[in-house]
Amino acid sequence: MDLALTEEQQLIVDMVRRFVREEIVPLEADLDPDADELPAEDFDRLVEMVKNMGLYGLDTPPEYGGPEIDLVTRCLIAIECGQHRAGLYAPCYYVFGGARQAQLFEATAEQQDKYLYPMLDGKKKVFFALSEPSGGSDPARAIQTRAVRDGDDWILNGTKLWISGADRADYGLLFARTGGPGRGGVTAFIVETQWEGFNVRRAVHTLRSAKYANEIELTDLRVPHENILGQEGGGFAIANDRLMRQRIPYAAECIGIAVKANEMAVEYSKIRETFGAPLSERQGIQWMLVENEIDIRAMKWLTFDAACKADRGDPFRTESAIAKLQCSELSGKVVDRSMQIHGGLGVAKDLPLERWYREIRIRRIGEGPSEVQKHVIARDIIGSGLR
Amino acid sequence: MDLSLTEEQKLIVEMVKRFVRDEVAPLEDSLDPDEDTLPPEQFDKLVAKTKEMGLYGLGIPPEYGGPEVDITTNTLIAIEYSQHRAGLYAPCYGAFGGAGLAQMFEATEEQKEKYLYPTLRGEMKTFFGLSEPSGGSDPARAIQTRAVRDGDEWVINGSKLWISGADQADYGLLFARTNPKEGRGGVTCFIVETHWPGFNVRRIVHTLRQARHATEIQMEDLRVPHTNILGVEGGGFAIANDRLTRQRIPYAAACLGPAFKAHEMAIEYSQIRETFGAALSSRQGIQWMLVENEIDLRTARWFVLDAAAKADRGDDFRTEAAICKLVASEAAGRVIDRSMQIHGGLGVAKDLPFERWYREIRIRRIGEGPSEVQKHIIARDILGAGLR
Amino acid sequence: MAVRLDKSWIPLNDENVAKLAAHLGVYQLANDDGEILYIGMAGARSLFGLKGELKTALEEPPAGVTQFRIEVNMSYRTRRLELLQTYMHDHGELPAANTDIDANSIGRLRPG
Repeated sequence: MDLALTEEQQLIVDMVRRFVREEIVPLEADLDPDADELPAEDFDRLVEMVKNMGLYGLDTPPEYGGPEIDLVTRCLIAIECGQHRAGLYAPCYYVFGGARQAQLFEATAEQQDKYLYPMLDGKKKVFFALSEPSGGSDPARAIQTRAVRDGDDWILNGTKLWISGADRADYGLLFARTGGPGRGGVTAFIVETQWEGFNVRRAVHTLRSAKYANEIELTDLRVPHENILGQEGGGFAIANDRLMRQRIPYAAECIGIAVKANEMAVEYSKIRETFGAPLSERQGIQWMLVENEIDIRAMKWLTFDAACKADRGDPFRTESAIAKLQCSELSGKVVDRSMQIHGGLGVAKDLPLERWYREIRIRRIGEGPSEVQKHVIARDIIGSGLR
Repeated sequence: MDLSLTEEQKLIVEMVKRFVRDEVAPLEDSLDPDEDTLPPEQFDKLVAKTKEMGLYGLGIPPEYGGPEVDITTNTLIAIEYSQHRAGLYAPCYGAFGGAGLAQMFEATEEQKEKYLYPTLRGEMKTFFGLSEPSGGSDPARAIQTRAVRDGDEWVINGSKLWISGADQADYGLLFARTNPKEGRGGVTCFIVETHWPGFNVRRIVHTLRQARHATEIQMEDLRVPHTNILGVEGGGFAIANDRLTRQRIPYAAACLGPAFKAHEMAIEYSQIRETFGAALSSRQGIQWMLVENEIDLRTARWFVLDAAAKADRGDDFRTEAAICKLVASEAAGRVIDRSMQIHGGLGVAKDLPFERWYREIRIRRIGEGPSEVQKHIIARDILGAGLR
Repeated sequence: MAVRLDKSWIPLNDENVAKLAAHLGVYQLANDDGEILYIGMAGARSLFGLKGELKTALEEPPAGVTQFRIEVNMSYRTRRLELLQTYMHDHGELPAANTDIDANSIGRLRPG
C-alpha cells in the first residue's frame, strides 16, 4: 500500500493546477456568470495546449487515440479541473475532450465508423437518454418508452426527461422497451436527432443553467434495426454498467469546487473582522473550517479507493456508490459552510459560491440520488436477501 | 399556560389559509417562477379582499388605522400567508400591506406628515439603509458612512450595501456616523429622499434570490436637513438595534411558511411516487426524513411563538428572538432540502417551487444577522455580560 | 460583471440564432448603428431560453432591429431590470421597442 502520489501523478497535478489558474480562471472575469462555453477561439487555443500537455481525450482508450491514464490519475485531474466558477458542470469548459458515451466503444465496426469516430474527433455531439418522467434510477422498471418491430425498423414512442444536450446533439443512445417488463425487456438504440419523430420539446430549467437538460418526445420515430447497440434486450446491462462507472468520475468532479470554496473561506476568514476581531480568531469559525478540511480529505480517499479498485479490476460497486454519496453530500456541506463564512457576499453573484451552491445541490439527485446509493450500499453490506 | 389557539386566532388562520390557497396560489401558474410583483389589477383585487377580511396593514398600530392584531396572531398569520411560491420574500405579493418602516412611528409630527402618512396610504415606498460593505451585524463598529454638520444641514459621504428596494423607494432611513470618536453614541439615523442629488443607487446586487433585490448605494456630498434626523443626534444605534431585535420574530415566522408547504408536498408526493416497486412512503428511510421535517417544523414554530408571546407580554425577548431566528431559518432550510430531495429531479426543476425556496431560504441564514451572530447573542445572554 | 452589457453585437440571422443554446439570461436588440432598441430576458417559462427568445425576435423583429447580444445569467429578472434602469439613466427614456415596460415602475439607478 502506498498512499502517496507517484512522481508522474504529482507532475500532472501541478501542470493541470497551473493550467486552471493561469488559463481558465482569468477568462472567467469576462464570461457570463452562468456561462458553460468559451468563445471558439479561446476554446481552440486551450485544446491545443491540452494536446501539447498530452492530456487530451482523457478517458478515451489508448487504442482509440486517447492518453494512457488510469482512473486514479483521472480523478486527481478532475479535482484540479473543477477549481473554477464553471468547474462543476463545465470543468475547464471541456477543453480536455473526453469519450462522453463510452458505450460506443462496444459498438459494431460499422456503428463505430458512423458514430464513434466523429464523436472522438469532436465533430459530433452526443446525448444519453435513459431517464423518463417515471424515473431514471431504476431503469428495469421505469422505462415505458416502447419500441415495436416493423420489418427492418423499430418504431419508438414515448417521453424522455432530464436528457442533457439533446437539443444540440447529432445523435445519442436511447433506451426503449422492446420486450416485457423487467430487465430483459430493454434495448439501447443509436438515434439521430434529425430523424422525423425525434422532438426536443423544451429545455428543463433547473437550479443550474450550465449543461441544462431537455425533455424529448418520440412520436413514431423509425430506427433501423442495425442501430441497436449490443443485443436486443441487452439495454439494461449497458445502462447499469454506465450508471455504475459514471459514479466515480461524477464523485471526483464534486471535489474541485469544495477545495476552491474552502480555500476562499480560509483566506476571507483572515481578512474579515466582526465585533473587533478577524473571523479566523473565533473558535466557531475555526471549527467550520476544520470540518471543511476533514470533509475534503474524506471525499478524496473514498473516491481514490473506488478508482483504485476499478483500476485493479476488483469489484467496485459498493465503493463507487459510497464515493458518489459522500462526495455529493460533503461537497455541498463545504460549499455551504464557505458561503456562510462569506456572509452576504457568499450569496451574491460577485463570487462563484452562489453558482456552486445551486449546482452542487443537483449532484445529490443526479446519477442516482443519495437514497439510491444508500439502497445499493445496503444491499451489498446486508446481502442479496434485501431487495 | 394555554398552548391552543383562541377561537379568533383559529378563524383568522383558517381565513388566511383559504385566501392563499384559493386566491394567491392559482395566480402563480402563469407567473415567472421568480416573480415578486402582481399586475396592478390582480394586486388591487387581492388588497380589496384583505381589507374585507379586516387584515390590511398588518404591523401598523391600530391608532394609525392598522388591524387590532397582537404579535402572536401576526406570527400565526405570517406562517400562513407565506405558504406559496413567492411566499418567503413576497408573501401574498404584498396584499396585506404593512408599515414599511416601523421606526417612523417614533418620528416627529412634521416628519410623520411628510413621510409616514403617505407611506401608510400606499403612496410612498421606503428602504432601510444600515449595512455597509464592512458589515451589518455590528452597527456600532461597522458604520463608516460619515455625516458632517454644515449649518442647518448634514453632508453625508459613504456607501451602503445589501439595501433592499433603494432603487424603487421614495425615501428611507440611512445610518451615518456623526461622531467618529464614539462607537454606539456616534451613529445617527437620517430620513433621506432618494431623488436628492448625491444619493446614487450604483447597482443591483444580484444574489441567489431575485425577489426584493438588494442594491448598493453611494452617497456623494448628500445634503440632508437637520430636521430630517429621526430621533436624536447620536441615537441611531438604539433605533438600529431595536429594529434588528424586533425584526427577528416576523423574519423567523415567514421562514416557516414555505417549509410547511414543502413538507405537505413531500408527504403527498411520497405516497404517489414509486421506485423499485414500492411507494416512497413505504420506505423507512423516506419516512424518517418526513419525521425529521415534522419535528423541525414543530420545534421552530414553538420557538417563534414563545418569542412572540414574550414580546406581547412586554417581557424581555432578546434571547428568544435570537433563538427563534436561528432555529427557524436553519430548520426551514433543512425541511425544504429534504422535501426537494424526496421529489428527485422534479425538486430542482423550475416547474415546482422548491428550487426558488431552496435559493431564497439559504439567504435567511445570513440576512438579519447570520446564524453565528445569533449564537453570539445567545451565548452572551446565557454566559453573562462578561463575554464580549 | 459590469453594470453595462459591453459585448460585440452579433448579426440577427438564422445562422447565429441556430448557434445559441437554451440558457436563461438577458439579451439586447439593436439597429445597424448599435443603438439598443430592446432589452429582454429569457426566463424560466420560456421553452428554449435565449435561443427561443432570439428566434422569436428573428421572426418578428421590432422595427430597425438587425443585431443582438446576450448574457447567460440565472438572475435574469434583476439583471434585466438593472439594464433597463441603466438605459433609462443614460437616455432618459426606455429603448424604443420596450413598450412592454412601464417607465414609471422600474425605479432609479445612477451607475457610476
